[in-house]
Amino acid sequence: MLAAVGIAAVLMPLLAPLYYVTLMLPFMAYGVVLLGFNLLFGYTGLVSFGHALFIGIGAYTGAVLTTHLGIRQMEVILLVAALAAAVAAAPVGALCVRYVKIYFGMLTLAFGMVFYTFLLKFYRITGGDEGMRLLRPYLLGSEWAGFNKTAYLVGPYYYYSLAVLALATLVMWRIVASPFGLCLRTIRDNPVKAESLGIGVPRYRWYAFMISAVYAAVGGALLAPPTGNVDPTLAYWTHSGNVVFMVLLGGFASFWGPLLGAFVFIFLQDTVMSVFPYWQLVFGAVLAVLVIFAPGGLMGLFAPRPVPLASERG
Amino acid sequence: MILEAQDLRHRYGAYVALDGVSLSIRENEFVSIIGPNGAGKSTLINVLTGALPPTEGRVRFKGRDIGGIGPVALARLGMARTFQLVQIFPDLTVLETLEAAVVSRLGRGLRLFASLRGDRAVRAEALEVAELFGLADRAGLPARVLPQGDKKLLDVASAFTLRPEIILLDEPTSGVSTADKHAVMEILVGAARRIGLRSIIQVEHDMDIVFGYSDRIIALHQGRVLADDTPAAIRADARVVDMVIGRGARMSGSPPC
Repeated sequence: MLAAVGIAAVLMPLLAPLYYVTLMLPFMAYGVVLLGFNLLFGYTGLVSFGHALFIGIGAYTGAVLTTHLGIRQMEVILLVAALAAAVAAAPVGALCVRYVKIYFGMLTLAFGMVFYTFLLKFYRITGGDEGMRLLRPYLLGSEWAGFNKTAYLVGPYYYYSLAVLALATLVMWRIVASPFGLCLRTIRDNPVKAESLGIGVPRYRWYAFMISAVYAAVGGALLAPPTGNVDPTLAYWTHSGNVVFMVLLGGFASFWGPLLGAFVFIFLQDTVMSVFPYWQLVFGAVLAVLVIFAPGGLMGLFAPRPVPLASERG
Repeated sequence: MILEAQDLRHRYGAYVALDGVSLSIRENEFVSIIGPNGAGKSTLINVLTGALPPTEGRVRFKGRDIGGIGPVALARLGMARTFQLVQIFPDLTVLETLEAAVVSRLGRGLRLFASLRGDRAVRAEALEVAELFGLADRAGLPARVLPQGDKKLLDVASAFTLRPEIILLDEPTSGVSTADKHAVMEILVGAARRIGLRSIIQVEHDMDIVFGYSDRIIALHQGRVLADDTPAAIRADARVVDMVIGRGARMSGSPPC
């Protein structure tokens, strides 16, 4: 199954209509974001409503480096984006993880809004609500000068994004299967019990927060180049809401659910938008149906039947 | 002397929950703490396990002051506890629950990229404990589907996996059917011997369990130690029988001495 999906992703630029290939670009960027987001949500049990903060950091890193500083290597952009997110997430996370449930969510939301306002108001640095231009990044040291914009995006940039997503998936797969990943799940299920087993809950939550912030920034850095422009809406709270939506759509209880959620979200949004301008209306209804009828998301629909409860076994 | 409390006092506002409690636990002792509701048992447990700092007085574990040090530091020092209400990880399997405890004990929790499945030492030890507690055949089941008695055992088993020197059990058989209580206790005491646990403290309401397993019983009443003696002496103590055990309570299978 996984191999088939991988092969399809590799062949897509050769076979599929160009338009759908370009839609894959935001999917892959959000895929990276969501892998990290779900480490925090699905594995650690913390719902962040401010992850757009880190997506914004990643996207603006690319803009600042390419237009202000003349640094156009994508590898450098990704690295600086990851570092910047880690530096920002360290104090923000250290504070937020002391709270749980709605308080954690509200705090992350607040930090997200602070950053959004910063982007909006410090227009000398950030370009205010018009945002900033982002020059085409060099990939693997090459400018790909022979490619026009579309050819660049559906060619080298597509495969570059795919490689980053594959690597991010592999690393995350290792993290969730590690002793660290197991400890995160104990914290999600029962922090009191986890502590009584000697697992230092705040530190683990903090690490998970920073890892997920780094993922969000890398995803944000991948998200911006196809549009060639960054603006403060990248860091707005509705963008954070979309991230939560994608995870719910795909299913947070499964490793692959968030990736499926990102995929369906991007393509559904495009389809709905083309026939009906108020796509949020449709998505709101979808969300309501999901929460009520399929809290496990799309992956939950394919999941094997849950083990019967002891009382049902008779 | 492994655990020692000196003149513990604890107040919640004007309410005095502990009013000068002193006790000591020696090695290889099974000590039960009994007392009516409101006697201060829960507060005492929380103070003895470093969850609450005492308003006055001192708790020493292996000579070290552990007042209010918190659960994580406590586990590291070699004291484990279980809770009155069963505490499990609902979506983790029995094996994963025990593995998490082994990972924590070995200090491997921050290995971000190591493979848990490839860690044979962790797996072997978790399986060993599962075997010891009779949970091996359910190792792959998520904890939430276990019957209540097995949940209780898993809770205790995961605490035992830390290989503590002393364990504090808050009503180890609460919520377990009368028929299963002795079975739970037998497994627990047997496992304690196997892993080399030195001392057990339990808070328990079931007098059959208390008199059946204790080397010593401490009776609390209104925040004070009413009696601290062998089961035989406690049973002969009219004040304890009156105020703590109750005249009506029958101690089946164990005729009064």
